[in-house]
Amino acid sequence: MDDGPLLTIEDLRVRYRTPKGVVDAVRGVSFTLGRERLGIVGESGSGKTQTGRAILGLIPRNGEVRARRMAFRDVDLLNASERTMRRIRGDHISMVMQDPKYSLNPVITVGKQIEEAFLVHTRAGRREARERTLEMLAAVRIRNPERVYRAWPHEMSGGMGQRIMIAMMMIPNPEVIIADEPTSALDVTVRMQVLAILDDMVGERGMGLMMISHDLNLVASFCDRVIIMYGGQIMETLDARDLGRSSHGYTRGLMRCLPGIDRDAETLPVLQRDPAWLAEQGPGRD
Amino acid sequence: MSIANAAGRPRAAARIVGGVGFTLLLTFIGLTAVTFVIGRVMPADPVLAVVGDRAPQDVYDLVYRQMGLDRPLYEQYWRYLEQLSRGDLGTSIMTARPVLDDLIRFFPATLELATIATVLGVFLGIPMGVLAAVRQGQWPDHVVRVLGLIGYSMPIFWLGMVALLVFYANLDWVGGPGRIDVFHDGIVEPVTGLILVDAALAGEWEIFDNAVSHLILPSLVLATFALAYIARMTRSFMLDQLNQEYVLTARVKGVSEPAVIWRHAFRNVLVQLITIIGLTYASLLEGSVLTETVFSWPGIGQYITTSLFNGDMPAVLGGTIVVGVCFVGINMFSDLLYRLVDPRARA
Repeated sequence: MDDGPLLTIEDLRVRYRTPKGVVDAVRGVSFTLGRERLGIVGESGSGKTQTGRAILGLIPRNGEVRARRMAFRDVDLLNASERTMRRIRGDHISMVMQDPKYSLNPVITVGKQIEEAFLVHTRAGRREARERTLEMLAAVRIRNPERVYRAWPHEMSGGMGQRIMIAMMMIPNPEVIIADEPTSALDVTVRMQVLAILDDMVGERGMGLMMISHDLNLVASFCDRVIIMYGGQIMETLDARDLGRSSHGYTRGLMRCLPGIDRDAETLPVLQRDPAWLAEQGPGRD
Repeated sequence: MSIANAAGRPRAAARIVGGVGFTLLLTFIGLTAVTFVIGRVMPADPVLAVVGDRAPQDVYDLVYRQMGLDRPLYEQYWRYLEQLSRGDLGTSIMTARPVLDDLIRFFPATLELATIATVLGVFLGIPMGVLAAVRQGQWPDHVVRVLGLIGYSMPIFWLGMVALLVFYANLDWVGGPGRIDVFHDGIVEPVTGLILVDAALAGEWEIFDNAVSHLILPSLVLATFALAYIARMTRSFMLDQLNQEYVLTARVKGVSEPAVIWRHAFRNVLVQLITIIGLTYASLLEGSVLTETVFSWPGIGQYITTSLFNGDMPAVLGGTIVVGVCFVGINMFSDLLYRLVDPRARA
């Protein structure tokens, strides 16, 4: 087994042609992902979701993806055919989306949806797929897999839905999982359970996890490394435990805006943005 | 978390059927009340229509009493309901035959036409709409949209006449007006009233072919409307569904694009389309007077219109009731089908 990075991204750019003009969503992002937990933090519109979708080749038709290099192991994702991409999606790189209320198909039963993720990548028969699905449901700590297998998505709560989503994305056993705000739509009480499940599965299977979030605290406690994004660019990359000691103005600004239980603040400070952060840093930067 | 357990499902089904039955009853009462009131409010005097305007006063009074018009209104309505429940729609003044017998003759012609037009509209319109949505903004989309606009806004009588002129009068590819050529008329025993079915049952394939050649033009003309509408709605429903998150989920799983479209998005489109198809079918059954007139098609639209011009109220009301029942029936059916396809509507 090789120890090289799972994902290599160099100078990734995503731009959209809209009726109102060209929008640069991602502007020169570079990073690598190994068998680790990598957090990507940023405000809305900082380009973190677009980065995740560009890796999977799922940018809408009016979008344009360019990069010096974008590879999964040795596979060039930039010039891969749709066939190759389909084989990579789900089987090697998968994604857990934000809100199970919208990301599960309302007219297909839970079991069939999970099974499908398995069946598109194997020659397995229905019975094996069913067994694997029930196993996965049990693995995400669903107490009654048989019942949930037959249930419809609208009969599930948010926490259940997200566990189903995780089961569905893990069933082909991918090497990389992109979690795009996996807990934002959940209650605080359920959030920790779902994260624990995700954490266990990633640990047990030795996957690379790309955790996209706007929650600094969550990322700091959950991830090994953190990338801070702003305006489609990477502000800085640092170890999660060094987050509090960051020297970058943007990161420090974000940290200051967090309410703390030990701080007695009447009003939270408003982030002061420095236009210099948006200046194109150009390729070749580490 | 609430999971409808297996034991609860038959009970839920019974509740749905019960609910639909109740709605049906209410609708039917409303329908009969409205037709009844129309029949009484219309300025056409039903007695005069029977006795003629030269009849002496005592004859007029006699018929007036015979028709029960001297009784209070609620009693008349009750009698009307009684007659209806016996299948008695009254006697047509124009044909002097029971309205029901007339309708049994005229309605199958419309049923045949409307069914074929709807089937054509569904089987051509849905793929066209899906194609347009999937290739949004590209040439297939533009073609479908322009065709849809033309089909939707084309005056149907003009289209019918041009079609007759070109394909019947000039090219002689198809049969002309009417359901069948005169020398084939009355040979096949009417069992269902649908000439295609009757001819097939009797094994008269020459008559079957002839009927088909007569059906082609009117059903195509009628289908343009159904097709344009269904294609347009399919396109917009599909565009809406393709932007949903679950479609992205399916793509993330590595599902192929045709499966994303048909297995994932289209099932959700179908839920919405059922209502649209039902309404289209019902509106075509209602009698497409213009098409039936242009093609001399002896359907219910022509029957009701002719009766109306002759002040034949029993015929008009009887026809209205039949059309109303069809409308309610189709709506009920699409409602049930909708619940079958959409698990969320079953709860």
